[in-house]
Amino acid sequence: MKKIPTVGIVQYGAGNQASIVNALGSLNVKSIPVTTPIEFEKVDKLIIPGVGHAMKAMNELKRSELEDAIRKTDMPLLGICLGMQLLGKKSEEGDAKCLSVCDFETIRFSISLKVPQMGWNKVKLTGNKLFYGLEKEEWFYFVHSYYVPKSSFTIATCNYGVEFTAAVQHKNFWGVQFHPEKSGEKGLQLLKNFIELC
Amino acid sequence: MLAKRIIPCLDIKNGRTVKGVNFDNLTDAGDPVQLAKKYYAEGADELVLLDISATLEGRETFTDVVSNVAKAIAIPFTVGGGINSVEQAEKLIRVGADKVSINTAAIQKPELIGNLADYFGSQCVVVAIDAMLTEKGWEVVNHAGTKRTGIKALEWAKTCEILGAGEILLTSHTSDGTREGYAIDITRKISQSIGIPVIASGGAGGPEHFAEVFTKGMADAALAAGVFHYELLSISQVKEYLLSKNIIVRY
Repeated sequence: MKKIPTVGIVQYGAGNQASIVNALGSLNVKSIPVTTPIEFEKVDKLIIPGVGHAMKAMNELKRSELEDAIRKTDMPLLGICLGMQLLGKKSEEGDAKCLSVCDFETIRFSISLKVPQMGWNKVKLTGNKLFYGLEKEEWFYFVHSYYVPKSSFTIATCNYGVEFTAAVQHKNFWGVQFHPEKSGEKGLQLLKNFIELC
Repeated sequence: MLAKRIIPCLDIKNGRTVKGVNFDNLTDAGDPVQLAKKYYAEGADELVLLDISATLEGRETFTDVVSNVAKAIAIPFTVGGGINSVEQAEKLIRVGADKVSINTAAIQKPELIGNLADYFGSQCVVVAIDAMLTEKGWEVVNHAGTKRTGIKALEWAKTCEILGAGEILLTSHTSDGTREGYAIDITRKISQSIGIPVIASGGAGGPEHFAEVFTKGMADAALAAGVFHYELLSISQVKEYLLSKNIIVRY
């Protein structure tokens, strides 16, 4: 039987992590919290969950020395929401210097619509393996005030007053702006793809 | 485009849903976890779990309910009922709630809104406003609508946003339970005046009421309890109607 990977959930003082643990649990995937680089040895894949503030998150990742370890890892990694934004070079949120795994920036919505964008929006997906088994357009749940403009790393897009990046990929790094753990069965399918295919 | 959200609400007392009726497809209609799963499967966009227990034991049980619901569904849900401190909110968020809703506590100590927002982020903080149409206009009421506060609902909603609320859950006590439609005027006034989403509540009876509150009322989401509990309407029935009116929903 194929070994089911253990997923490390990168800790940086963010709020609700029960959601991602529960979602992985419903897929029968074991996850453990990762607070130091040494713990990377115990896991096969990494998830950077996404609730919090960019500057605070980066300060915490520096303090725990996870910043460097994440940059250098060759494990498949999925950043969710803020976790995706942290993969870029910098964020307007607290003027934070981020992980610089990918060459993109995160900026604040300056649109006439309500900010944060909160709720379900339709995402246009490309043929990336992260989206295996999904339609070309799917609904996902978003909560965010900052966004990543479209770039060469973009593998899915969405529109909220402006067309923005809904997902990215670069080498072993994936990121999604929405919350797959809160996006029903389609979101769980995406997480399953990350576990099984990425 | 962002979809309009349909949000069933579960009233929970001592760990059991109240207004429990015998659903055909549930073995235990009083079990909040089963009901949450049913709504999840039917296409609810979010859920609200409201604790109406009056005892400490009841409140402890609610935490278990929240934990079990979080394991059973993969959509966001808000919890509320008697939350009056960051510690209490933390306990519920730690077991898997996505947002907390505060009501009376926000009126008694408005600084709680900011404290919660600083700790969890605004997106986790819902302020529930119970409003009633009185001779003074739309007035904030509490204690299940028995106590008038003299505060104007519109002003209070604006204040909540400034203090750090991420969302407003507006319940009209004037229309609640009537099944004659949401309070359109005050919903529109508040939604137009603030930059955070407004969830309309109170008065849903038919699918046309949902359409009305989204178009005329400019609500971002609509909450209902009774019509879904008693299976007068299904979530898909509401969404199909909204689609036929060109209102964007996740379907």
